[in-house]
Amino acid sequence: MDVKLSEIITVSSLVKKYDNKFLALNGLNLNINQGEIIALLGPNGAGKTTLISTICGLTSITSGKIEVNGFDVIKDYRKTREIIGLVPQELALEPFEKVINSIRFSRRLFGKKDDNKYLNQLLIKLQLFDKKDNIIKSLSGGMKRRVMIAKALSHNPSILFLDEPTAGVDVELRKDMWNIIRELKKEGVTIILTTHYIEEAEMMADRIGIINHGELLLVEEKNKLIKRMSVKTLKVKLKKSITKIPKPLEKYKLKLIDDGNSFNYYYNTGNMKTGITSLLSDMNDIGINLFDIQTEETSLEEIFVKIIKD
Amino acid sequence: MNFRGIQAIYIYEMNRSFRTLIQSLVSPVLSTVLYFIVFGAAIGSRMDNINNVSYGAFIVPGLIMLTVQMQSVNNASFGIYFPKFIGTTYELLSAPLSFVEIVIGYVGAATTKAFAIGLIILATSYLFVNINIVHPFFMIFFLLITCVTFSLLGFIIGIVSDNFEQLNIAPMLIITPLVFLGGSFYTIDMLPPFWQDFALINPIVYLISGFRWTFFGVGDVPILASVIFILSFTAICISIIWYIFRTGYRIKN
Repeated sequence: MDVKLSEIITVSSLVKKYDNKFLALNGLNLNINQGEIIALLGPNGAGKTTLISTICGLTSITSGKIEVNGFDVIKDYRKTREIIGLVPQELALEPFEKVINSIRFSRRLFGKKDDNKYLNQLLIKLQLFDKKDNIIKSLSGGMKRRVMIAKALSHNPSILFLDEPTAGVDVELRKDMWNIIRELKKEGVTIILTTHYIEEAEMMADRIGIINHGELLLVEEKNKLIKRMSVKTLKVKLKKSITKIPKPLEKYKLKLIDDGNSFNYYYNTGNMKTGITSLLSDMNDIGINLFDIQTEETSLEEIFVKIIKD
Repeated sequence: MNFRGIQAIYIYEMNRSFRTLIQSLVSPVLSTVLYFIVFGAAIGSRMDNINNVSYGAFIVPGLIMLTVQMQSVNNASFGIYFPKFIGTTYELLSAPLSFVEIVIGYVGAATTKAFAIGLIILATSYLFVNINIVHPFFMIFFLLITCVTFSLLGFIIGIVSDNFEQLNIAPMLIITPLVFLGGSFYTIDMLPPFWQDFALINPIVYLISGFRWTFFGVGDVPILASVIFILSFTAICISIIWYIFRTGYRIKN
């Protein structure tokens, strides 16, 4: 029951079929909790942007239901939209407008009174204050991206959608963006992030959702997912090379590498028993001495690729 | 009703016009002044009076209609097309705004601009000719309803256009010829009989005739026909916009 109470977005059996018959969302179900950062991963055309667009009102729904804060996004669109901020993937800005006017315009569209104090604080937080009277056309790509975020936050939303916020930006700016997102989370904003950068999801997200062909393949807490899906590799370097895996060690499904000087042992960290102790013990029993050992962990990227392939 | 949202769109559009004041205001007024000089002063001085009105004064309602119709269409179509072109319609669609509120914002701004230009042209015409407006309140009503209706038409054109060429096709290839052939510079009875009948299927004839009636008390067609026509045209435009927003045609995916 507690979990239900904290759900701020509920997507039920959502279907979106475009006029050209392309099925972008195929009965998708998703619950998003208040205050979390959820990263939606998926290849191009998976349905991530369509999902965001249907929640925000940019795209009509073929069937299914979306509720935001308990309100239907179609019937009660005013109540749902007033708490949502959207930063789309494309840099879409009026080029000849001043930064402050553009942000003020966004706030007014949401029916909010002008609040110079709040907008100035927002500009300071996004390092845009000294650019507020600049024409948008004169800003760099990174600054324009910040203006997009400022516009989305101008009406003080409690939910923020970021559609590929760091696509095409340099490493430094990407790190700045991550800091901004972390700050917003601290302030209690629920953040829904789509990204192609798995590293970004790994760094930022509380939960990961993987979408492909309009279906949600999984949604899970990031740490649990990594722990459950992660396969660790124990690389054992031997004192003397061997030509084949000895019979007593065959049950460990070892992979001989480096011309017989090493082998790899794969184990799952989600299991209570890794099998490492018994492997080392069996090696000792048959007189195979190890020279060195090292471990490597599967990245989220490898997990993502595996899920998409499967 | 999200009044602040409507106000935001309205002010934003009006500010855009102020940024391009020469294009928005000076250009149409200058064009009309040139019409007055060429048709009113140069050619008009050699023309007979029409319905006891000097030719220079006779063309004033037609010139105002010509300009406000073009301005209404151009302002409203560009107003909604530009956000589509640069991709900022997402802001409108994701804001707590109804479609009616969006239309009021854009059409309201386009109407205001065209109406103001119409009045400026009227004021300018007093520099060239003497005009006594017989039905001033009807004149204001007719001017206003024409600006609203053609702004609605422009909004539709802006929504359905996919590129700048399409945006210009309707005003250039349909509205301009209809306005020129709609009696801006002549009365219908000056045409040969066949063309008189043909002219009556031109909707602009009813608008110019009605507007001219508000100035001089006479028109090519009965004033009631003009009023019925303009109100019907307004209703058709509103119906099309209602359909566009109900279905999301060319707005939502």
